[in-house]
This record gives sequence, C-alpha cells and structure tokens, in this order.
Amino acid sequence: MKNYEQTLLEMMADDERIIVMTAENRAAIRNLPNLAPGRFIDTGITEQTMVGAAAGLALRGRIPVLHALATFLTLRAFEFVRTDVGIGNLPVKLVGGVPGFLSDGNGPTHQAIEDVALMRGIPHMHVFCPADEQDMLLALPHIINSPNPTYIRYNGLKPVVNHAGDFAIGRAEQVSDGTDIAILVYGMLFAQAWEAKALLEAEGLSVRLINVRMPKPIDEEAVLRAARETNLLVTLEDHFLTGGLYSIVAETLLHHGETADVLPFALDERWFRPALLNDVLQYEGFTGEQIAARILERVPTRV
Amino acid sequence: MNQEEINELENMALRVREHIIRLSTDGGCFTGASLSCADLIVYLYSHFLNVGPHNFDTPDRDYLFLSKGHDVPALYGTFVELGWMEAERLTNHLKTNDTIYWHPNRNIPGIEFHSGSLGHLPSVAVGVAMDCKMRGLNNRIVVITGDGELNEGSVWEAILVAQAYKLDNLLFIVDRNYFQANIRTEELIPLEPLAPKFEAFGWRAKRVDGHSFTALDEALSGVPFAAGQPSVLIADTVRGRGLPSIQERADRWFCNFTHDEVDQLLEELHGVRRAEIESEALIVR
Repeated sequence: MKNYEQTLLEMMADDERIIVMTAENRAAIRNLPNLAPGRFIDTGITEQTMVGAAAGLALRGRIPVLHALATFLTLRAFEFVRTDVGIGNLPVKLVGGVPGFLSDGNGPTHQAIEDVALMRGIPHMHVFCPADEQDMLLALPHIINSPNPTYIRYNGLKPVVNHAGDFAIGRAEQVSDGTDIAILVYGMLFAQAWEAKALLEAEGLSVRLINVRMPKPIDEEAVLRAARETNLLVTLEDHFLTGGLYSIVAETLLHHGETADVLPFALDERWFRPALLNDVLQYEGFTGEQIAARILERVPTRV
Repeated sequence: MNQEEINELENMALRVREHIIRLSTDGGCFTGASLSCADLIVYLYSHFLNVGPHNFDTPDRDYLFLSKGHDVPALYGTFVELGWMEAERLTNHLKTNDTIYWHPNRNIPGIEFHSGSLGHLPSVAVGVAMDCKMRGLNNRIVVITGDGELNEGSVWEAILVAQAYKLDNLLFIVDRNYFQANIRTEELIPLEPLAPKFEAFGWRAKRVDGHSFTALDEALSGVPFAAGQPSVLIADTVRGRGLPSIQERADRWFCNFTHDEVDQLLEELHGVRRAEIESEALIVR
C-alpha cells in the first residue's frame, strides 16, 4: 500500500494546483521536498504566516495542503484559519499531526483535544478524522478536490479492518449493523472500538460500529438510525467532552427532536496524563477492554 | 512626473479626502487613519500599480493589500475617483443593503482580500508573492501596513519568511503616522529606528515624505530596491492630514461628526475656515 506522502505526490503530479506547505514539521513528508521542488514551501516555525500565505496561494487558484502539529495549527494559527481561510472560504487543507492521544508523551502543550470543536465552529470548514492510514488515503482525493477548507486529523496507524472504499464527504462508514449498542468513533480510537466490539459480541450483544470519519459535515442519517435502531449510543473520542462527537450527536438528536441513551467516552474538563500511547490508553480508561467493561455496566447482557 | 500630473494627483487626493470626510458621519469611520494614507493610495493606483477593471481577474495584475483595513474610506474614495465604483454607492456606508463598512471586503471590485484584524495581510501577500514567483511573473505585490500594526508578531514572521524566499516582488509601505489607535507609537511601543529593523531582517528600506507625490514617485521608480530582497517604503505621514482641527490628535482616530461638522470640515479642507468640532472624541480601543 502506498503511504500518505506517496499518495500526495501522485496527486501533485496530476494536479498543478496542489502546493504542499509546512511550518517546519516534515514528519509525514520527509522526501517530498526533494521530489517536488518548487511545489513545496516550508515557512519555518511560523504557523500563522503559513496559514496566511496559504490563503494567498488559494486566492491564486492553488490548493495548499498544510502540515504542522495539530495543536499549533489549530491554536496558534486559529485566528488566521478563521479569518483568512474561513471568511475567505478558501480551499486550504490543514493537516494536523499527532492529534489527540497520538501526542502521547508530549504533555498538555501538545495535546490537540479541542481541535474538532474549534475547527467545526468555522463556517464551511469540514473536519475529517480518519481511523487509520488506509482510511485517510481512501479519502484524500475527495478531501483535496472538495471546494471546502478542511481540517484533517492526520493518522498514519496501520488499519485493523479493511475500510469501505466508497468514501463520500459527510458520510460515515457503518462497519457492522448491530442492534443493541452503537459505537460511534472517529480517529485512532477506532482500533479500540473494534476490540471492544469483539468483547461485547462475546457477551452476546449485537454491536453496530460506526466509523464517523467526518465529524463535520456529520452523517445525520447514520446517527439518527443508530439512535432509533439500538438501545445505547456510545461516543468515543480522544477529545474534550465539550464540542466533540458527544456534542455533535446531542445537537443532531436535538435538531431532529429525538432522544437516546448516550454513553460518552471523552476527556471531561481535563488534559490526559502524558506517557507512551498504550499506557495513556490504559491510564485514561480507553483500552478496548476498559471500553467494553464500561459499556457492559450500562447494558445488561442477554445471557 | 510633470507638474500637470502632480496637480492632477493633488486634486484627486483632495476629492478623496472629501469622500473620507463625508463618510465620517451617521456612524462614522476611521477618519484620522484614512487621511494619513490617502495620498499613498491615490499615487499607487494612479501611477504605480498595473491594476484596474480591465485586468481585475488576470493572474499577472499587480496587487494592493490594505492590511490596516480601517483606512478603507481612502480606498473607497480613490475607487470612486478612478471611476471603478459609483459615487452613489458610498451613500450605502454602514447600510445593510450593501457591504460598505469599516473594513474592506471582496464584494467591492478592486479589493483583493478582506482585512481588519491587524497583521494578517503581510502573510497573505507572502503567499501571493510566492505563487507569482513560482509562475515566473513580474507583477508586484504591495501591502500597506500601519505603524501600530507592526506591533503584531505575525508581521515579523512574514518579514522573516519573505526574505528567506527572496520575495523581491513584494513591497511593504508603512503608513508611518506615529499613532496607534489612540496613543502615539513612540510613547507606547516605540518603533524607531524603523528602517534599520527591516534592514536587519534582510529587507531594503527607503524612507520618504508620504504626502509628496514627487518623493513617492522617485522612491518607487526603482522597485525592488535591490534584486533578491523584499522592499519596504516607510512613508512618513500625518494622521488627519488636511484637517488642522483634528490633525495629529490622539483622540481623532475614529470620528463620527454631525452633518454640520462635516460641512465645516469640508470648508476647512479647502482652506475656507477652521471647523469648530464639538462632537465627543471617541476612544474606540
């Protein structure tokens, strides 16, 4: 399978509008500067100027694809994203590195766990949170060719399932069709949701697993069907409870005058304990086992 | 530039100032800041920039970005005088039936990008300048910044990046009127020596009287000031220029005059008599 950088390079070869930028974070694009000289701009450690310059490039008909750590891209440069890209409604693609739990040992300065809330608050901005590398690459052509500004929560993890190839903007991927519990998840926690699903099924429960893919525009149909056709909705995200998937599901249900029993997994008014990823998951209660156990507390098994 | 051309520019600048004064009522506008850069804007669009309705959509046009967006009345007035905008449209100022308000927006042909939050358009202009370089074009990208605006860190980021990428198609013009909002720059966050700051960052700087068309013409005849380096022109200006009763007054940045005061100020502009302003001075920031 091709990786992110190779996929991007192929798209650049076919489309001269694409310009790759970074504020000196080349982790996902190490070889690209040499392979696409003249189409690559590194502005140094200047997230604001990178985003402002991207707006300028977009005014000239380019599609800038920006790379920086998710925190600095969405926080340091927030006003530039909102004011230049947002008000301009320009097709700038913001790729945030090590979002959520993926910042593992960095500490709270590097924890992008309000990024979905911030980015989705900007009119016209789309938000894409792939489950893994395969999911990200399936979507990339759609995201790049969309006229909307888009925030991408970069995720290069290996897939635990084979994702459906029919990616569409604003559509979730329904991985399984269960009727007792629906787990709605975006981003890297998809793997933990997959593990939890197997454990719950071993307890005799029927589990619907939904890879949300895009918190914005949200797949309202998928959320509403899950609310109507299962007994418990679970939202699972490495994000603050405020403004993320739990909020999005609540807004969707309220908008349609529906209600549901919802169990959220999120970070409630706190940053997470910095450590290596697996230890973070364990400490914060986000392993597949811990997720399944908490769900079982809420849903009596049928046995 | 011959004397006839200079006279023409001076007459146009006078009419632009009339527009600015007429916009300074029924809600008002940033009169002081607009009057300081009126001559700059008139000069740039009349004698420097290759841009106009004939090439608004062509990729090789020159660009002007008004980064200190609150001086947009000077731009509106200039567009009217150039015939790019109906004079009638200015009566829509601050009305919901149009988009003529205190800061620029792209619904007005000729305005390249919105501004208002300071320190943004230097970066946007860097992106435009980069693209023009990539495409091998020789057009020029001009940014008018305020002097107070230079407090913003993002301006200096853009200055660093512009020199790194050798953007000699980029020209900043600092409207150096020595005020930021309602305080003198040198009393709050001193900027001098300003030209050496830019030069230390790898730019080439010139400094001129920003109200002298001959000085502007002479300074800008050789842009870029050096190949491979971005240029900055520090234009020494006077806030409220043309109206002695509000000139260089810290409290006359944003003004909302009565209709009678507007009439008096128009007379003052033409040297008839000094206006007596009773409207409360507005401290808006």
